[in-house]
Amino acid sequence: MTWAVEAKGVGKVFGGEAEAVEALRDIDLAFSPGDFVSLIGPSGCGKSTLLRLIGDLSAPTSGDLTVNGKSPEQARLDRDYGIVFQSATLLDWRTVKKNVELPLEIMGFDTAERSSRANEMLELVQLGEFGDHYPWQLSGGMQQRVAIARALAFKPSLLLMDEPFGALDEMTRELMQQEVLQLWAEIGTTVVFVTHSIPEAVFLSTRVLVMSPRPGRITDEISIDLSAKRDEETREDVRYYELVTEVREALRRGEWND
Amino acid sequence: MTDRDDVIRETHETSVAAAFEGDLPIGTRKPSAIRRLSGRYLPAVVAFVTVILLWEGLTRAFEVKTFILPKPSEIMASFVETSSTIWGVGLNTFIEAAGGFVIGVTLAVATSLAAARWVGFREGMLPLAIALNATPIAALAPIFNNWFGLTNPFSKMGVVAVVVYFPVMINTTRGLLEVDPAEIELMRSIAATETELMRRVRIPNALPYFFASLKVATALSLIAAIIAEYFGGPQDVLGQYIVNRAQLFQFPDAWAAILVASIIGVTFYVVILVFERIFMPWHVSLRKVE
Repeated sequence: MTWAVEAKGVGKVFGGEAEAVEALRDIDLAFSPGDFVSLIGPSGCGKSTLLRLIGDLSAPTSGDLTVNGKSPEQARLDRDYGIVFQSATLLDWRTVKKNVELPLEIMGFDTAERSSRANEMLELVQLGEFGDHYPWQLSGGMQQRVAIARALAFKPSLLLMDEPFGALDEMTRELMQQEVLQLWAEIGTTVVFVTHSIPEAVFLSTRVLVMSPRPGRITDEISIDLSAKRDEETREDVRYYELVTEVREALRRGEWND
Repeated sequence: MTDRDDVIRETHETSVAAAFEGDLPIGTRKPSAIRRLSGRYLPAVVAFVTVILLWEGLTRAFEVKTFILPKPSEIMASFVETSSTIWGVGLNTFIEAAGGFVIGVTLAVATSLAAARWVGFREGMLPLAIALNATPIAALAPIFNNWFGLTNPFSKMGVVAVVVYFPVMINTTRGLLEVDPAEIELMRSIAATETELMRRVRIPNALPYFFASLKVATALSLIAAIIAEYFGGPQDVLGQYIVNRAQLFQFPDAWAAILVASIIGVTFYVVILVFERIFMPWHVSLRKVE
């Protein structure tokens, strides 16, 4: 089997020799296709950096990293992944629908195909009626849903999400988590999700990787054995609480090791 | 008035207008539209009329000599009397200004696109351009007259083009370069080429900067054209007309010509405003609050 993402001894050092900052050290990991993996850790633990290495927005300084058995660059050129940032990053001059169509335009889909795919994606994120709106007419949560629709419009095998709900209020956040799970169940893509919210990581993931700073490394891995179907009741499940506690303790251990 | 004031004004007026529209049959919607427009422009009209009345009143009350400051009524009389001459003269100056404007803007956009596309070009050219921009360009007018010949309209258009070039080039370049880094990464993540990044992100991002600089450039182009005309050349242009009338102590005629220059300037500005609204519908919509 080809791993969706595989890293062996991956490290990342920023800056020159004099003021070098070691952002990541000795990262080993392997994600199976269809995994929902959360990277969690305090600020500065390199979780976003790791996501950026996987997405070829930055290159590792040591080790081997492959995405779908290819170099991250090749995976990017093959359009293997969609990305969602903390800010929705929608283009102001495009309507919601045209924003979702952007990757499809770049990939050379014809007009009819673009339109039908964009409509389909907007239905999936429950924004079917908002295609002709401009981004500024939407709330933060709705904008982020457009960003997710855009990232999934070309059905990438990997979805990279960098604290996508970090700027949203708690209520919206929980709704969005529910929606992402539904999308994931429907589309079946592998998701790498960066967060610093423990409940969010536990609720969403099949696996949680706990990271520690200085230098950034993976200190624990917790497999989330909640049932596949997750809803509001999951948040009150005893096992859910146990797992939240487990992740919290793993994060503390990481801090103490420092 | 700032954009924010505009928004507040429009929200308020929209809700007032909507309240009226709801109660009235469709045919009677017009009054609310007129009310909305008059509400918006009334302060400007009042200010304008007040200034004219004060000008007229004070020049009469203090018996200000015509050669120092003519009364608005004298200027208007001259404006009507000489209209067949001054509009022709104004048109000649406008042709110089518009010709130079088109040349300057075209060169500026070409430079900006090259600067945004090639780092080497940008690093080599921009400091030079900024240094040149600090030169008072009107000083070039006699040299352009020498190059192109006193009577060749290109001598004036050249000055206008150089004056217009810098603000448009500097602002447009900034608009092309000051793109949200996340937008660039987004384009990179879907393996977009540099050309696609330019077309779909950088150019739309630069349009507000570009149009803002064009609006400044409309006024600059007329200033540059008239100043260039002061240095000599054909007589049937605003600069020479104003100089000649002033030398003959026909000051109301000179002021009437200045009024023509001002009307041309405002019209030029409005034309650019219309283009801005056509090319950036999203930008205008930003100002409307639902």
